[in-house]
Amino acid sequence: MSLHWWHVAISYALVLGGFAALTATAVLRHAQAKRVLARLETRKRPA
Amino acid sequence: MSNAPSLAARPAASLHRFANPGRFLRLSGRVLPWLAGAAVLVLAVGLPWALLFSPPDWQQGETVRIMYLHVPMAWLAMGGYAGLAVGSAMALVWRHPLADLAARELSPVGAAVTALCLATGSLWGKPMWGAWWVWDARLTSVLVLFFLWLGHAALVRAFDDPERGARMGAILALVGALNLPVVKFSVDWWNTLHQPASLTRVNAPALHVDILYPLLTCTLGLTLAFAAVVLLRVRAAVMERRIRALQMAAARRAEAPPMVGAES
Repeated sequence: MSLHWWHVAISYALVLGGFAALTATAVLRHAQAKRVLARLETRKRPA
Repeated sequence: MSNAPSLAARPAASLHRFANPGRFLRLSGRVLPWLAGAAVLVLAVGLPWALLFSPPDWQQGETVRIMYLHVPMAWLAMGGYAGLAVGSAMALVWRHPLADLAARELSPVGAAVTALCLATGSLWGKPMWGAWWVWDARLTSVLVLFFLWLGHAALVRAFDDPERGARMGAILALVGALNLPVVKFSVDWWNTLHQPASLTRVNAPALHVDILYPLLTCTLGLTLAFAAVVLLRVRAAVMERRIRALQMAAARRAEAPPMVGAES
């Protein structure tokens, strides 16, 4: 693999990895918030 | 004359309809799967096109493939910051609560894409210019943009009172928006190593269609992905705010003294 292709490969890995990391953290945070909110609202309803 | 205030109030009123957390969660919950699906679909076409099927450039060779990511990252960094400034103005003028939350959730993603713009630019610059970095006007103004994004993300989280943090962040975002024309026109105002804009008009670009079409496809896909990530973060933030409100209400109920009437 030439130096040019190395630079291309690293660029794609950085951008795709960066977006994957942003998406994964957002999905995990969203799922956690949804779970806690569902638990709190079920607890609140009978009261 | 008599209906002037109601006309002025109308945009704010229509925007405030979305401030209702339940309505926002319902609407965004409907939009998000389509947004994410469209992003995956467009990127599934755009990325292989850019990486494998588009031709190498006659001067840059294979390194031109970095442009299919670098240019969308640069556009998102600037467009996202313009969005941050508009949202901040809305938050300051109309006190729209969702605009504050959206700005708070937008800035870390904006900082990430600006960092990716700088990194991919650097990876392109080394084989093309022989240098990872030069202090020319375009690169320096984008570095300033990166610090503005980071500064906003840090400032809105630096206060115990979130409203005060949001106000300070909004002011920083509006002042920082002055940097956007500097980034855009730096290649025209100063003699820079960075090349001038290749895509000033869509109907007469300085790019061949073999490069232009995959570039536009990647830009659309990455913009949709950016919007989906920001929307997901805003939804999470809205739910977290509701969680805090419920927990505070529960704590207040637990701490409240027993009612006098209950003793008799």
